[in-house]
Amino acid sequence: MKKYAYFPGCSLEKMARSYHDSAIQTLRRLDVELEELEDWNCCGATAYFHVDELLAYTLCARNLAMADKQKLDLVAPCSGCYKNMHATRAHLQHDPALADHINYALEADNLKFDGSSAVRHLIEIFVQDVGLAAVKAKVTQPLKGLRVAPYYGCQILRPRKADEDVEQAHFFEDLLTAIGATAVDFPMKLRCCGGALIITNRKAALSLVRNLLKNAADVGAQVIATACPLCQVNLECYQKLVNQEFGTNFNLPVMYFTQLIGLAFGLPPKQLGIGTELVSTEPVVCHARSNAS
Amino acid sequence: MADKPTFREEIAGVLHASMGNPLDMCMQCGTCSATCPVASGGFMDNSPRRIIAMINAGLKERVLKSNTYWYCASCYHCTVRCPRGIDITELMYGLKRYTVWHDKTQEGLIGPVFSEAFVKMIVRTGRSYEPVLATSYLFTLGVPEIIQEAQTATTLMLKGRLPLLPSRIKRLDNFKRVLKRIIPLGDSEE
Repeated sequence: MKKYAYFPGCSLEKMARSYHDSAIQTLRRLDVELEELEDWNCCGATAYFHVDELLAYTLCARNLAMADKQKLDLVAPCSGCYKNMHATRAHLQHDPALADHINYALEADNLKFDGSSAVRHLIEIFVQDVGLAAVKAKVTQPLKGLRVAPYYGCQILRPRKADEDVEQAHFFEDLLTAIGATAVDFPMKLRCCGGALIITNRKAALSLVRNLLKNAADVGAQVIATACPLCQVNLECYQKLVNQEFGTNFNLPVMYFTQLIGLAFGLPPKQLGIGTELVSTEPVVCHARSNAS
Repeated sequence: MADKPTFREEIAGVLHASMGNPLDMCMQCGTCSATCPVASGGFMDNSPRRIIAMINAGLKERVLKSNTYWYCASCYHCTVRCPRGIDITELMYGLKRYTVWHDKTQEGLIGPVFSEAFVKMIVRTGRSYEPVLATSYLFTLGVPEIIQEAQTATTLMLKGRLPLLPSRIKRLDNFKRVLKRIIPLGDSEE
């Protein structure tokens, strides 16, 4: 059984509990254990980096140091947490003086960052570590004929980690294909949902969300698959506001990719946190059931 | 004594913990502005391309009055597309920090208020808690927006998606000592 240190992040405690539940359940089926990072703290989100870079690095470094101590690679399901911790680790590795300064501070909590634990996004565990063939092997209810828009959002791919191609990603499509779904060609799959602008500039964020929903609806998606709690909240919980603001009539479910995998694995919807949405996912669940073999 | 840094050098210097960003390499192609979903949606008073031109021209006061960087959603699309290797998103972070440090944040923007409330909350508890955050920005909203927010929050609460109590980390005292050591207060408490 493969094991990772797991950083749920603040959203998954409550707002995105269904992402947490479905991640744990589906990975268990794939012989992967997530051991929650002991006493993790907030990654700083975007807001902390707006105010003070050094303190924001320190927040992330405390989490990284705890993963180092657990001698496990660190997995984050939220794209924002992933980006912050990935960037902090890279930065501290390239700047030993900064790492020393932060390690001096971390001594007050008996911790030390040494960079031995890598930082991974949850979707990478499925795609790269477990592998598509192993995912496919566990499918009992292929989501045949279900048209899914793979929504990457921003911070899984960006900023670039090395010199990888960040404009032509297709691992999300591959993953959806592995569970039998039809990944629709979704031209706006890499565009931003507005992130925290939903609070700080609602008008702009709602307009971005509207564009994404329109694009997904135009290409005939029945559901949008996401890998980030903030994308999920913006696209789903604010869908009603988009409809009010723009006179539209979107009714498009937005689900975590782990929930779709769980359905394809034949797991009961309740175990995947299904039923807590503001836009009903019933059509998707029915579709999965009708394909049961 | 070294010359006083220009505004451009100052802004380049507040990035990546003082690692520079080659703003002077900008050739004004506008790829950033065309890529930016917020700028191309017409929400920024100055596009990213224009902000860089303004910085390079030393138009400090106008840059500090712009809403551009507080309306950046941090999607890094401009960064990965810039043909000159400028990390434009980090530039936006740098500008935000510059205005926070110099206490020059503009009236009427929610971004700076929200960010400061967020930092205070994390320093207190180690984790984020939406209801406390909401109180920090609700007063900046208009009445219809407050009603909208309350409706969304109520629905989420009914679905069990909003926490009733704040979460906090266990070793909060240690955590606070860590942060104190980072701000150069020395070991005064130990």
